[in-house]
Amino acid sequence: MLGGLLVYPIYQLGLISLLEYTQAQVSGGEPTTFQGFANYAELFADPEFWRVLLATVVFAAACVVSTLAVGCALAVLLTRVRALPRLALMLAALGAWATPAITGSTVWLLLFDPDFGPVNRILGLGDHSWTYGRYSAFFLVLLEVVWCSFPFVMVTVYAGIRSVPSEVLEAAALDGASQWRIWRSVLAPMIRPILVVVTIQSVIWDFKVFTQIYVMTNGGGIARQNLVLNVYAYQKAFASAQYSLGSAIGVVMLLILLAVTLVYLRLLRRQGEEL
Amino acid sequence: MNSLGFLRRPWRLAAEASALVIAVVVAFPLYWMVLSAFKPAGEIESSEPRPWTLAPTLDSFRRVFGQQEFGRYFLNSLVVACAVVLASALIAFLAATAVTRFRFRFRTTLLIMFLVAQMVPVEALTIPLFFLMRDFGQLNTLGALILPHIAFSLPFAIWMLRGFVKAVPEALEEAACLDGASRSRFLWQILFPLVFPGLVATSVFSFISAWNDFLFAKSFIISDTSQSTLPMALLVFYKPEEPDWGGVMAASTVMTVPVLIFFVLVQRRLVSGLGGAVKD
Repeated sequence: MLGGLLVYPIYQLGLISLLEYTQAQVSGGEPTTFQGFANYAELFADPEFWRVLLATVVFAAACVVSTLAVGCALAVLLTRVRALPRLALMLAALGAWATPAITGSTVWLLLFDPDFGPVNRILGLGDHSWTYGRYSAFFLVLLEVVWCSFPFVMVTVYAGIRSVPSEVLEAAALDGASQWRIWRSVLAPMIRPILVVVTIQSVIWDFKVFTQIYVMTNGGGIARQNLVLNVYAYQKAFASAQYSLGSAIGVVMLLILLAVTLVYLRLLRRQGEEL
Repeated sequence: MNSLGFLRRPWRLAAEASALVIAVVVAFPLYWMVLSAFKPAGEIESSEPRPWTLAPTLDSFRRVFGQQEFGRYFLNSLVVACAVVLASALIAFLAATAVTRFRFRFRTTLLIMFLVAQMVPVEALTIPLFFLMRDFGQLNTLGALILPHIAFSLPFAIWMLRGFVKAVPEALEEAACLDGASRSRFLWQILFPLVFPGLVATSVFSFISAWNDFLFAKSFIISDTSQSTLPMALLVFYKPEEPDWGGVMAASTVMTVPVLIFFVLVQRRLVSGLGGAVKD
């Protein structure tokens, strides 16, 4: 079944990306024709594609780094406090985690709404619109993405730190190591398998951000300034019925993610870690 | 267990204070969501938003539940999510056991495949899946939602569960074997209970992805609205130019609460579960 529902569509995706496939072919009006790599050529010749690609990579990298930094910092913080604050933070994080992407996006939009949102009131920004500028819109989406994805990192890393014997940490503290030094030289190496998993997962998830961008910037922002690859593919396929171009973008995304992950695993293996 | 001992008192108080402040900040959007759901329409759309309301009302909820067949959407979502959780937990358990306990050709390839499968942008796969569902005559049925969700949650579930199965010592299997337990008896009566916390942790992910999805629902349920799910009901209230914030927030609250309950129920197992998954 896994084969049927995953491998077959991936194969189809690759196939469609090589064909001429638009509304006419779907309804059976015209026969499908084999195009070779013409779709890819068209894609690569489009300056918008490169702009979107760059935006996606930068945006995803920013999301991954912020999510990991916030998640790890809070995980360390969790081990430093007593039960009550820990429970409070844990429950708040679980709440953020449990929030569906679509509801999270609408709530953050309301919070930052220029007319009715509390954030502008608190910051005294008047009716400044966050979704108008390209960078502030990306920043808003980044905040939402970090908000809903740091809990996974935090809970996982926290669980990992708990598995490190406390004698080790006490010994490091007695030797006069600073908090940062303990994290850098003791904790991070000991829980590296966990960090690997959360990093790979974060890269995969943040590179494929869809709902947040789609809902918060209303399908790609003003003049398509906030498009990321995933939304771009969806727009191409379903809004302008260019299914083959959409599929080609999907294949490109898949290949990029694959390359990133393989390089990462290769680096790990060189350091003597086994998959 | 805990590493509190060596932290000096003022530092610990500062850490606790910041933990509480962060908890408040993180929880604030959720609070605002629930608050806005209970606010009367005039107060939501006021230019002086207040963090409380003196006249809570159920108007927004009435609008949400008054929507045609809202209960039906809720039930559909629940059926899809439960079916996905049960089926993917069962399959993932068996598959994870297979890839950790047996050495066979292409084992590493298979593991990489599970990782690759997670990278495929689901949005792009919607196109071929649509044609697949059409050919199977599954369009407009809940099956069209359940099957793809199982397929998409499995790779991650297997990947996570692998660590748990690995953590169970091989000696246990040998001991069970010596005591005369059959393979299947070992699988269900010994391995299954040991791996259970991990199953719970991975189920959380399958549940969320099935519960939250609106892409498949939007693409595969085209004409028969009685088969639609909750996120579609939410979208009715959200129009980019003139959003009905009260309705959106009430629907969001209704949608978030079941997930929250599920999370709080499994909270403890989740922490120990995620720890075990990656400890190998």
